[in-house]
Amino acid sequence: MNALPTKGDEAWRYADLKLLADVWQDVPSPEQITVKAGESMARQICEIPVIGNGVAMADLDIVIEDGATFTLHVLAAAVQYGRINIKTTLGKGSHFELGGAILGNGDQSLEIVTETIHAKPEATSNQVVRSVLGGKATGTFMGKVHVARDAQRTDAAQSVKSMLLDRSATANSKPELEIFADDVLCAHGATVGELDKEALFYMASRGLDPETAKRLMLQAFIGDAFVSAADDVREAIEGKALTILEALS
Amino acid sequence: MLKIENLQANVGVTQILNGLSLTINAGEIHAIMGPNGAGKSTLAYTLGGRPNYEVTDGSVSFTTSVRAEPVDAQTDDPSTSSGRTDQTLDLLDMDPHERAAAGIFLGFQYPVEIPGVSNLQFLRESLNAQRKVRGEDPLSGAEFIKLAKEKAGLLKMDMEMLKRAVNVGFSGGEKKRNEMVQMGIIDPKLAILDETDSGLDIDALRIVGDGINSIMRKPDKAVLLITHYQRLLDLVKPDFVHVLANGKIVKTGGPELALELEEHGYEAVAA
Repeated sequence: MNALPTKGDEAWRYADLKLLADVWQDVPSPEQITVKAGESMARQICEIPVIGNGVAMADLDIVIEDGATFTLHVLAAAVQYGRINIKTTLGKGSHFELGGAILGNGDQSLEIVTETIHAKPEATSNQVVRSVLGGKATGTFMGKVHVARDAQRTDAAQSVKSMLLDRSATANSKPELEIFADDVLCAHGATVGELDKEALFYMASRGLDPETAKRLMLQAFIGDAFVSAADDVREAIEGKALTILEALS
Repeated sequence: MLKIENLQANVGVTQILNGLSLTINAGEIHAIMGPNGAGKSTLAYTLGGRPNYEVTDGSVSFTTSVRAEPVDAQTDDPSTSSGRTDQTLDLLDMDPHERAAAGIFLGFQYPVEIPGVSNLQFLRESLNAQRKVRGEDPLSGAEFIKLAKEKAGLLKMDMEMLKRAVNVGFSGGEKKRNEMVQMGIIDPKLAILDETDSGLDIDALRIVGDGINSIMRKPDKAVLLITHYQRLLDLVKPDFVHVLANGKIVKTGGPELALELEEHGYEAVAA
């Protein structure tokens, strides 16, 4: 086991290191996942495994071989400090799809940290993360995309949007690109906003009470993260997210 | 149905409505015309209860015929008085969604886009929320789709558009037509339509005009049309035309007043 990270470690700068310190020796090493060439695999994390002391962590180290596809959907919620670490290495012509939602309230701190390595040409990756944060919660997404020198015709996209239900909540969004090839498409967008008041009034004028109007809008907002999931997966993870959202708003 | 007395309202710190009075009875269509900045949209939003539109004086009461006892919607006939009673509400004391449930529909000048929420889901939830407040049973999915198809047909709107997110990617004209489909589905008592005719081509204007007539031209309903143009009033004949200037009604007449305004302008007529 490595030493406890410090605030100086970029990937851990928003982590709750105080809580982590007590359980650090129990943090398991990353789970290794290999998607064989040409194959497809899907995984989802509806609940981050709890380590103890209010800390929950998932740590995946994924290798996607040539022409393979890995689809991952994650939900970061319902713990004091939750972290999902995802390191992905893409082979030639492979695809990585990530959809994630961060739902926080109270003084929870939740993060999704990705490192996506386009090691070979013609691979694609798409990451969509939506956060809904109330109270004094902190939601963090850090996503580093590394495109190696010979990884030409890489297409990597990141879309990160956060919705603050209270002004006291915090959203950190940090997309990062490290590109050593010259023929690549890397798109990233990050926004932080609040519920659209115009839309809330419009919905009220049609008879929707404020709670229902809010629920519909938040449901639509986090729905972006799960559109890429298969129907049964989507139903399960979105269902869980909606239950948490109801308590949150 | 609607009685506005000496209404004064601010938007932010600016007073926009300066003692506006207006009475609308069931079965009537009223048109409000007036120069830009007169307070027409402010009137619509104030009646709808939009946040930041603060009423500083005056009153607005809304009277409709309601069921004396909750009864099965199928057997309820608003045209007979049996089992019904008049209910007068202090509109200014109600939240926007309560006003909607009481029977007020606000047609927006700029209908709002709601990404990710389908028209059908939005309207079904809205309608059932209203029905719940009124003590009526919710409509089933099948009943709702039947109703939506009928109203979309009336406004010549493709059902496919109703499956899409509310107003997202709609043209200006499509948004206005969608407002009228919503009005048809919700079936309000009083429709306040804020420049529903603006942004419509001639064919769409006719469809919208016909829609307003067939949905709202009924003895137990009323319409407040806010418009700049005579063209809509050729299609939806108003019983009264009012000129709004500087936050109050400065002149009231019949349909001929609109023609006079068209010919001579607000300044000459309302002076």
